[in-house]
Amino acid sequence: MSRAALTPNRFDVALLAEWRKLTSTALWWVLGIGMAAYLAFMGAVLAFTFAAAPPSPDTPAITGVDAALAVLGTLNAIGYVFPLLVGTLLVTTEVRHRTLTQSLLVEPRRGVLLGAKLVVAAAVGLLYGVLGVLGLLATAAPVLELAGDGIFLTDPAVLRVLGLGILVTGLWAVLGAAFGAVVPNQVAAIVAVLAFTQFVEPIARLGLSAVDSLSGVAAFLPGAAADAVVGASLFGEISGGDLLPGWAGALVLLAYATVLTVVGRYTTFARDVA
Amino acid sequence: MDAPVLAVEALGKSFGPVRAVDDLTFEVHPGRVTGFLGPNGSGKTTTLRMLLGLVRPTDGRALVGGRPYGEHPVPGALVGAALEATGFHPGRTGLGHLTAYAPQVGVDRARCREVLELVGLGPAGDRKVGGYSLGMRQRLGLATALLADPPALLLDEPANGLDPEGIVWLRGFLRHLAAEGRTVLVSSHVLAEVQHTVDDVVVIAKGRLVHASPLAELAALAGVSTYVEAPDAAALAALCAQRGWAASPRDRGTQVDDVDAATVGAAAHAAGLELHQLTTRGADLEDVFLRLTGAVS
Repeated sequence: MSRAALTPNRFDVALLAEWRKLTSTALWWVLGIGMAAYLAFMGAVLAFTFAAAPPSPDTPAITGVDAALAVLGTLNAIGYVFPLLVGTLLVTTEVRHRTLTQSLLVEPRRGVLLGAKLVVAAAVGLLYGVLGVLGLLATAAPVLELAGDGIFLTDPAVLRVLGLGILVTGLWAVLGAAFGAVVPNQVAAIVAVLAFTQFVEPIARLGLSAVDSLSGVAAFLPGAAADAVVGASLFGEISGGDLLPGWAGALVLLAYATVLTVVGRYTTFARDVA
Repeated sequence: MDAPVLAVEALGKSFGPVRAVDDLTFEVHPGRVTGFLGPNGSGKTTTLRMLLGLVRPTDGRALVGGRPYGEHPVPGALVGAALEATGFHPGRTGLGHLTAYAPQVGVDRARCREVLELVGLGPAGDRKVGGYSLGMRQRLGLATALLADPPALLLDEPANGLDPEGIVWLRGFLRHLAAEGRTVLVSSHVLAEVQHTVDDVVVIAKGRLVHASPLAELAALAGVSTYVEAPDAAALAALCAQRGWAASPRDRGTQVDDVDAATVGAAAHAAGLELHQLTTRGADLEDVFLRLTGAVS
């Protein structure tokens, strides 16, 4: 009588379902286009700054491949709020619109549902990374080519920064989904993400690095850890804070995601859905 | 696949100090439409959610085909459920909603279109759910439940928001599904809504079972009553009092409870009382339901 003659691999079908949930509303492309446009704008501003900076005796001009690295290295420092938001919303919309019930009816194993969301978050995060890179290049490349020393797209250091930037953007989305599992109230989650990324972390990084005994702690903030992975950030330059080694930064980000996932799994994803 | 029996065994659920469901035991069998009845807040939705693994019981068990819902390999294809508080993303189309849940019950897009047609949402499937009426949302919920053509259906207040035409259609549709041998459980807080659809009734109040039987046995509980009209109302009242009958004014005459028409007629004849009407009244199921659930003492 039933049409489901075959038992499909539960994780595969959960992934397909999550992907369809994500792509069947406007949110993902609106945020994706937003990220590309924002980075295009910032890419133009930064490229002009470096290309047009008058030589000054105080600060050595950033030129050549360094200018290209400085612009392209801002991908996640500037754009990380977008993958963080899309990841968070992947979980919180289900609570907000009460679709969690239906999701758990077709997949009662809550770990499978949460796991599928994390994987889809990583995928859309990587996609956002690519979109962000395209946005940056769309404006920074012509400006640096025409007014500066060029974009050096084939330089291994430039490629490395871009690749790592995309990777970290994927990690941010995973972190967002895990955070959404801990704070399922959508409005609270969005406010928390915006407040943390726009105010709390920047101020904390400046504040902590100003105090000698605490300056090491700042390196463990998620934004600083992400900067460490990419190895270049506008903010890192300004704050002058010490960063962790790249691999350690990646581990710190993964640790945040793991802790948040475990907490979410045993709170939000363990509760009765009434 | 055989249609599963739904079994609730000594089921209990506490939310803090509130005992939502208490020592509840009943079974729902294939080939019949079972009405799960009780006033709002009597624990129906909590019970259904425990059957579907969404709420964890404090005591007892709720089983589908002898196992907890979540232990079946493809539970969404075994039991199709439409629960009252289930939501839809307003920015997703009806078809988008169905295709998002299709992979996990093992069906394709063509089947999604098919169920949209089946519930009468065909052309609306490409519109966003945000613009749907309550009745259309009910139909989309039903379409979601029917996706995998499941052998068991569990519908929470499915008539809410449906227009009269839709209710008649739903009635016929549920009878049809049961006739195919499926297990069909329908909850409602109004007996009249499902009276013409169900074979069996399970009635709960304040989280406890108050009645479970075929509908006919519930009707028997209503007892007999006789409606009498006499031009000399005072003489009729005196006769009832003399015989010790429970009489109450009803419409333009008198209702005599627990006495059949022949007995009332014979007594009136013996007393030389003129009668203008003497009728056996049909069982008033709603009265029985209200009495059972404590709404009427």
